Amino acid sequence: MGLLSDPVRRRALARLVLRLNAPLCVLSYVAGIAWFLALAFPPLTQRTYMSENAMGSTMVEEQFAGGDRARSLARDFAAHRRKSGALPVAWLERTMRSVGLEVYTQSFSRKLPFPDETHERYMVSGINVYGILRAPRAASTESLVLTVPCGPDSTNSQAVGLMLALAAHFRGQIYWAKDIIFLVTEHDLLGTEAWLEAYHDVNVTGMQSSPLQGRAGAIQAAVALELSSDVVTSLDVAVEGLNGQLPNLDLLNLFQTFCQKGGLLCTLQGKLQPQDWTSIDGPLQSVQTLLLMVLQQASGRPHGAHGLFLRYRVEALTLRGINSFRQYKYDLVAVGKALEGMFRKLNHLLERLHQSFFFYLLPALSRFVSIGLYMPAAGFLLLVLGLKALELWMQLHEAGVGPEEAGGTSGSSPPHPPTQGVGLASLMAPLLVSQAMGLAVYILPVLGQHVAAQHFPVAEAEAVVLTLLAIYAAGLALPHNTHWVVSTQAPDRGWMALKLVALIYLALQLACITLTNFSLGFLLAASMVPAAAVTKPSGPRPLYAALLVLTSPAATLLGSLFLWRELQEAPLSLAEGWQLFLAALAQGVLEHHTYGSLLFPLLALGLYPCWLLFWNVLFWK
Amino acid sequence: MAAAVRISLLVLLLLGPGGWGQAEPPRDSLREELVITPLPSGDVAATFQFRTRWESGGGQPWGQGVSHYRLFPKALGQLISKYSLRELHLSLTQGFWRTRYWGTPFLQAPSGAELWAWFQDTVTDVDESWKELSNVLSGIFCASLNFIDSTNTVTPTASFKPLGLANGTDHSFLRYAVLPREVVCTENLTPWKKLLPCSSKAGLSVLLKADRLFHTSYHSQAVHIRPVCRNAHCTSVSWELRQTLSVVFDAFVTGQGKKDWSLFRMFSRTLTEPCPLASESRVYVDITSYGQDNETLEVYPPPLTTYQDVILGSRKTYAVYDLLDAAVVSNSRSLNVQLKWKRPPENGYIHYQPAQDRMQPHLLEMLIQLPANSVTKVSIQFERALLKWTEYTPDPNHGFYVSPSVLSALVPSVVAAKPADWEESPLFNSLFPVSDSSSYFVRLYTEPLLVSLPTPDFSMPYNVVCLTCTVVAVCYGSFYNLLTRTFQIEEPRKGGLARRLANLIRRARGVPLL
Repeated sequence: MGLLSDPVRRRALARLVLRLNAPLCVLSYVAGIAWFLALAFPPLTQRTYMSENAMGSTMVEEQFAGGDRARSLARDFAAHRRKSGALPVAWLERTMRSVGLEVYTQSFSRKLPFPDETHERYMVSGINVYGILRAPRAASTESLVLTVPCGPDSTNSQAVGLMLALAAHFRGQIYWAKDIIFLVTEHDLLGTEAWLEAYHDVNVTGMQSSPLQGRAGAIQAAVALELSSDVVTSLDVAVEGLNGQLPNLDLLNLFQTFCQKGGLLCTLQGKLQPQDWTSIDGPLQSVQTLLLMVLQQASGRPHGAHGLFLRYRVEALTLRGINSFRQYKYDLVAVGKALEGMFRKLNHLLERLHQSFFFYLLPALSRFVSIGLYMPAAGFLLLVLGLKALELWMQLHEAGVGPEEAGGTSGSSPPHPPTQGVGLASLMAPLLVSQAMGLAVYILPVLGQHVAAQHFPVAEAEAVVLTLLAIYAAGLALPHNTHWVVSTQAPDRGWMALKLVALIYLALQLACITLTNFSLGFLLAASMVPAAAVTKPSGPRPLYAALLVLTSPAATLLGSLFLWRELQEAPLSLAEGWQLFLAALAQGVLEHHTYGSLLFPLLALGLYPCWLLFWNVLFWK
Repeated sequence: MAAAVRISLLVLLLLGPGGWGQAEPPRDSLREELVITPLPSGDVAATFQFRTRWESGGGQPWGQGVSHYRLFPKALGQLISKYSLRELHLSLTQGFWRTRYWGTPFLQAPSGAELWAWFQDTVTDVDESWKELSNVLSGIFCASLNFIDSTNTVTPTASFKPLGLANGTDHSFLRYAVLPREVVCTENLTPWKKLLPCSSKAGLSVLLKADRLFHTSYHSQAVHIRPVCRNAHCTSVSWELRQTLSVVFDAFVTGQGKKDWSLFRMFSRTLTEPCPLASESRVYVDITSYGQDNETLEVYPPPLTTYQDVILGSRKTYAVYDLLDAAVVSNSRSLNVQLKWKRPPENGYIHYQPAQDRMQPHLLEMLIQLPANSVTKVSIQFERALLKWTEYTPDPNHGFYVSPSVLSALVPSVVAAKPADWEESPLFNSLFPVSDSSSYFVRLYTEPLLVSLPTPDFSMPYNVVCLTCTVVAVCYGSFYNLLTRTFQIEEPRKGGLARRLANLIRRARGVPLL
């Protein structure tokens, strides 16, 4: 700090920052990206290890042998489901009661803000069925949940069969210390949301549901199961939850332990674990897995029914049975044994899962990157914004002080406070107008869907998306319309001040996002930072404009979709990509209203207005 | 089996008159009883009750200063006189009575330990006596009752009336506490068994084998001490000690899906001989649904007598085995009284005593009349507050337990009970005093609540706090300095020492400085 309080050295430092600003920025950006890619390589990734004592050392012996029972229950369930066309509630109640569970049902209904075209639903009403296995000599203070979401497109009948067979097996055991809830939800995540809200007696999304009659204390952990075939080739595990929340890493370690013990083939993001880490192939594959996880987490959508449990601080993950063309297949007994082992070890828990990491990235199933190692990547990217802001600040400062200060002669008068000459009033107009634009993007599409659907030949869902895009694009015309309010005294300093404010605004937002959802923060930073740094109203304006448009939040979303499908080895054509983009927009808005996902408001109310400020800077007159 | 019945009957006949002579009426007496109830869910509940009466102190009403013990355990007798107790109720429970599936219990208890006591009005410092009492009981029953302090003790004003003889109910002599986390195990059962006159050597108590009792879905053991009338005219008072033990056997797990049971299968013991000290020793088996259901019900050996009465609002039939023996019964169905509440009515008694942090807990008592077939939801709004930094639980913690709430109700009976002689009726029917025959008393408890605080791994925040404090301490001063001051370059002064000396002299002379 002595460095800064000495004016001579301070001036030297300032000159250094000013002169070397561009190379420093480039270096910092490259370092950020390189650091991120290096996360997939061994020195930065570590092997996972079990931290929780209660689950680590004790061994359990899996005795589940109800494969046939599970298959026949699954067949019955599927037949009843076909017959009734909805969840066969009466059959489920009867079956659960016959295996010795306390059975309850919950009915719920929800009117979506606009029709959901992907899942083909609008006015949803359904019934959740759940059975509670009461642990002997326990006062129902703690419980575990095994849930099977049944939707219109995913029947999940094998999962229901396996769950019931497991319930029958579990009921005969005497070692349970926690109640176990077996939950079948209708309309997949909507049912799960309704059940969770009723269980915790809150109402956060406007769901109408009947109160629960049976409870079983604080839920310690939950596993969601999705199986649609009698045999599986591999089990895929999904961890990303709502708003990028992750379960405690120990839960994943537990799953991995039983994968290894049972010799199951387990995948993460549909990718197998790389075998050798010495050659380049292993890390390259893990880069793909890492990128897939980052994209998935950044989307903020629950990647399975478990994602909604995480909001209530219930550690949860989803297991998905994959049936591909591989030679070797596992039957339901193998999957059931893995689940039995997991539940028995979770049953041992003496306290909530808290020992291991809550913030991590997974380049492979058995490798993780802890928060201390991945944060610098985002830090480097945000440093670019900081450096740019510093440069602008100094330029404004020196412009205000005048030439004699820059010349280095001794001045008795103190330097002027820098931005005073600019006038905050001139900044307020673009700030307010762009913020209002963000508010319009957030509110108008859903509010005006009926008006739009009446006047144009489109369905409501399309109307929402098209209104959204129209307002978004209309924002681009703003600079030409706002200039009449902006006073044009000192034009050069005006845009500098505006860009300074925009840079700080962007840096703050990105930093906050990065702290809660690293993936989203990093993706946005990687795309928005370069354009934000170079934008200015002089120079090759069309080039800057193109760069800005390509890195706007919506374009980032489009690009992420292409990257995602590319990594999944199912590349998109342009038309497909556009369709997927429209669907993703609709889903994003819908998930905000139904589950409380925060991506849409974040982009509409935070980043889009901020991006408009840069657009304003570019077209400053 | 039948032979065993006869033999033991014979034994009792022989022992009965010989045990306590003919000349004077039996001073102390012991009655023991086991009620086996097949529950609606298919499980089987077994409730033991042992009643010891202590005809203490001749004419003295409250048994002060008596030191003669025959059947009554001395440990408890001394307790009564030392702390001037009027009533003492202690229950240790593991598990939760699931009223919806098991029907109304004879006697429910909250999960964990519950202790409530009425002191006599001669006690001057009730809190002090209460503290000492809980500590002594903690020693007697090997339970952590010593954790009862002012933070979990309340004085209810509406519920928990005295169950025994009482003249005047001044609530300041009542103390009530619950420890929801208390775990009940063999070490609590052993001292409880030792209080029985026959210990676990003979009589019904041979069934009390710890490995079977703790292999159940629900286990609740209790001790109730209260004063009762010695005779019908209530001219003198005697002490009554009731030891109760309720267990629920999970028929589903043990019976491989079949609902048959036998004493041996449940307790891995059969009854062979009665306790020679007992004046009455009976086994009741609920056979109410006999012939009503499609499922037939067969009791083996066939009961010699049956007992019919209105129990908890419905007519029940019990097969009575006057002392001993295993019986084989299959499934039965009985009543399932459901209580559903709706909207608290406008007029009622509400007593609320707010908590003082770290001093006393909240107490909310409501006296409400509930309409039939309604649901009442009582919700309490609370504010979150921070714990003191020393109060955070250690890293491996289980969370905080909130005590179960209590519901005491006088439920109108469906069938009018005929007024029975209190002394003659079975023990399971005579714990709660009944004022009239048109209603019966139930006390229900809710589950305890486990609240887990969102506490992270505590070593981490402390590290973060230390690091942040250091960084802030180092940076703050400098930044403050930078932001609030303006810096100027001052010309270096020439001629340091000489000039200063000259100025010194000039100042002394009063001439302007250089």
